[in-house]
Amino acid sequence: MKYLSLLTLAPLVGALTVAFVPRAKPELAKRLALIWSIVALAVGVAAWIAYQPNGPRMQLQESYTWIPAWGAKFSFAVDGIAMVMIALIVLLVPLVILASWHDAEKSKRSVPAYFALLLALEGTMIGTFTSADVLLFYLFFEVMLVPMYFIIGSFGTDVPAKQRQYAAVKFFLYSLVGGLLMLAAVIGMWVYGGHTFDWQTLTNVEFTTNVQRWLFLGFFIAFAIKAPFFPFHTWLPDAGGAAPAGAAALLVGVMDKVGTFGILRYCLPLFPEASRWFAPWAIGLSLIGIIYAALVAIGQKDLKRLVSYTSIAHFGFIGIGIFAFTYQAGSGAVLYMVNHGLATGLLFLVVGMFVARRGSTLVTDFGGAGKLLPLLAGVFFIAGMASLALPGLAPFVSEFLVLIGTFTVNKPVAVIATVGIILAAAYVLWMIQRTTQGNTNPVLHDLAPMKRDLSLREGIVVAPLIVLLIVLGFYPKPVLDVINPAVQATLTDVVTPERADPAPATSTVEAGK
Amino acid sequence: MGEDFAVNLPDLNYAALAPMLILFGAACLGVLVEAFVPRAARNAVQLVLGLVALVASLVAVVLRAPHVTDANAQTAEQAISIDQAGLFLQGAILVLAIVSLLLFGERTLENGGPFVAQAAITVGSELDRKQAAKESGATEIYPLALFAVGGMMLFVTANNLLVMFVALEVFSLPLYLLCALARRKRLLSQEAALKYFLLGAYASAFFLFGLAMVYGFAGAVDFRTIHESVTGSANSPILLFIGLAMLSIGLLFKAAAAPFHVWTPDVYQGAPTPITAFMAACTKVAAFGALARVLYVGFDGLGWEFTPVLGVIAVLTMLIGAILAVTQTDLKRLLAYSSIANAGYLLIGVLGGGKEGLSSMLFYLVAYGFLVIAAFGMLTLVRDADGEATHLSRWAGLGKRSPLFAGVFSFLLLAFAGIPLTSGFVAKFAVFGAGIAGDQTWLVLFGVLSSIILAFPYIRVVVLMWLNEPGETTPSVSIPGALTSTALMIGVLVTLVLGVWPSPLLDLTANVSNFIR
Repeated sequence: MKYLSLLTLAPLVGALTVAFVPRAKPELAKRLALIWSIVALAVGVAAWIAYQPNGPRMQLQESYTWIPAWGAKFSFAVDGIAMVMIALIVLLVPLVILASWHDAEKSKRSVPAYFALLLALEGTMIGTFTSADVLLFYLFFEVMLVPMYFIIGSFGTDVPAKQRQYAAVKFFLYSLVGGLLMLAAVIGMWVYGGHTFDWQTLTNVEFTTNVQRWLFLGFFIAFAIKAPFFPFHTWLPDAGGAAPAGAAALLVGVMDKVGTFGILRYCLPLFPEASRWFAPWAIGLSLIGIIYAALVAIGQKDLKRLVSYTSIAHFGFIGIGIFAFTYQAGSGAVLYMVNHGLATGLLFLVVGMFVARRGSTLVTDFGGAGKLLPLLAGVFFIAGMASLALPGLAPFVSEFLVLIGTFTVNKPVAVIATVGIILAAAYVLWMIQRTTQGNTNPVLHDLAPMKRDLSLREGIVVAPLIVLLIVLGFYPKPVLDVINPAVQATLTDVVTPERADPAPATSTVEAGK
Repeated sequence: MGEDFAVNLPDLNYAALAPMLILFGAACLGVLVEAFVPRAARNAVQLVLGLVALVASLVAVVLRAPHVTDANAQTAEQAISIDQAGLFLQGAILVLAIVSLLLFGERTLENGGPFVAQAAITVGSELDRKQAAKESGATEIYPLALFAVGGMMLFVTANNLLVMFVALEVFSLPLYLLCALARRKRLLSQEAALKYFLLGAYASAFFLFGLAMVYGFAGAVDFRTIHESVTGSANSPILLFIGLAMLSIGLLFKAAAAPFHVWTPDVYQGAPTPITAFMAACTKVAAFGALARVLYVGFDGLGWEFTPVLGVIAVLTMLIGAILAVTQTDLKRLLAYSSIANAGYLLIGVLGGGKEGLSSMLFYLVAYGFLVIAAFGMLTLVRDADGEATHLSRWAGLGKRSPLFAGVFSFLLLAFAGIPLTSGFVAKFAVFGAGIAGDQTWLVLFGVLSSIILAFPYIRVVVLMWLNEPGETTPSVSIPGALTSTALMIGVLVTLVLGVWPSPLLDLTANVSNFIR
């Protein structure tokens, strides 16, 4: 079976078919989009089953000729890290499509276009995870911007037109800057690496120290902008605040992970020496991000911007986990990528449901909404708790793994990062308190939508995410089993002997319990 | 008697010269058509004649290609060198000229076409109003364009500085005239033509002066002797340096590299848009083809000397083009500045040197040519009562009025910005790769920087079209006639195909990238 090419192509073909649905038939477009996303989900599940956690590092390989003159191929392959991220995407997209069922209508723009863009986004995001050719990865990395740009610019109805244009342009330019720096690095790697783009071949190339550092920087800045790490983060609150809630869930939940995934797939294995050299800097930026973004999040008045800032703080944890260079912290970081996708995805979707009812994203426009919408407020609470990594919910496992993995090699960093946990409790609890608890804002009584609690459609959207958050909170083994071998393979080149902590597979699972 | 007075004619290889001879012949025929064919039929006859001549010439190039060897490439006493790279450049010029000529022939967008009937009539006079309302456009444009294309083909294959100078004049003079022939905004058009002519004359004078200096150093004007003198002569190199600098100024002027670029925005804006497209595509090919030949055939012994200087020029060109593009409010000027920046990227390829540098430059020229023709072709479609509406503010909300148009134009802008899956990306990759391989990493870094800056104006246009609401003054998008549609379709398709599947052209440019000395 050609799982990976199918998986990449299915949403893109779906996007084409949906794009040609006439404007006058929005319902048809939505159903078609949902069907295509479920097709992708089915292929994704099949690929997950076909993937052998303890098999070779890169699996499900496929390769087709593309530009022989440059040594570029359409080659696809996944390791465990990519596999779990793909699973996250194919799971989230159908839910996002369901959650966005009525979002596009508010914008007075073409509804089929919105869903076509969502599918195109899915296809290009999957492409970044499935490609085993650096040029192919770069292609998806850049093209991914285009659908997201139009989604933010055209369909973000929660903010005034000027603001969403600003957000869309800022998003595009920031990403493009990173992309072009990476392009320079890709070209440099191609020239010095013997005119090939094959990832596997390139991992065996020894670049000189100087070249390595420059190439590392080119890739790292691109990924740091995408992730985003402090100080490249300022586009995210604008984009996350302006995008429709469903798209924002994909933006923060998955698309940003391409940045951290890129560091794991490209920076560390290709430039191990440079990675070690830059690691203190990366950890420093991550720490600043954790504290700074958490403090800013506390002060946010806009719900979607607030959630965006919480994500920047979370990306700080992922950054620490990656650059601590221990197997435990590495596994924790990858698991964090998955769990954060689930938790923040859920949080964004629920916020979207609140915003759709209230017609405002401001925290102060809510107040006591829990009395009117008890079920929705309950889901909001669970999402918030997941976001602050409450024990028993999935993000706790990953945050804990990152912290103990880091603690074994670098105590001060782990201690400072712990402050982030406390701040996380502050911003989440305060957000929940100001929106759903306390005296009911009298305006809310006059709004008819505020009396409609969780609908069946919304229930179907949130249920799988809540179930996964709880199940993975108690039993992360299935995911960790896929992640661990891949993380070990990824980190072997950068983990120095004295850092190699023993038997990560068992210890991580025990830590999870 | 007899032998003393016999003139030894040079041995001419007619098979090699056929492409040019066909064009010059057809151009002369075109002049006769002007005299003898009734006015009403002239446009159709000239257009068909022009297209047939270009296609026939292209066929001659293609037929010639398999037979070129190092031994038979040079002809006319080594004055012309029709080698593999030269043939490729000729072919590229021809293909791009065919697509541009389709834009020339458009008559459905505007009554009488984009050209004025008689450029000599005073602007704003009674006669002028009459001709603007009634008369169909000048048909001299076709023979003029054929002469220009023929001149460009000679320019890129000249193996001798004098022939190169003659070719430079042969293709420049028709272009000066063509610039003055816009139907609308005639004063702007005439101003552009005059500016182009005066500055072009300066540049030609520089070229000629440089030629004289080089002759003073080498005692010859053909590239082989110059090359031998550069590597082996004991003469003081001062004349040589001055000469090469002046030659380069003449060539860089045509290539629109900073600081010799100042004519570009005015001329691109004032010229009739089909002519702008023609110049942006074909003149670029000719200028860079000739520049590469001069540097790598005649003066490659001076690589150490000219590379840093040209490198600085490349950086200036990229930065000036990109930064000034940000400030533009007129789309034609915006594209003009973007074409200046692109000249900088092309220079990276040239300076990358070697086979890789040359082949990347060739690829870039073709990819950019199709892209820029399509982009200018799109500009001709957005019109109001005064002709083309090229001010940026007028494009607000076009995406809502005409989503197909805005979609295609956005695609072209993304190609300009170098987003993957477009020819712009592959082309940029090729020249940057050649730059790093040729130890010009600093140029590539500036190239990336300027690409970042340049992305902003492109994205701004996309934003304007899609994210703004259409205003009262948003013009309508005209439905193009068959000719313009074909040209646009070719341009857009090539941009896409070269982005997705560039292998055939990459292989071809890699195979042909060597000049014969």
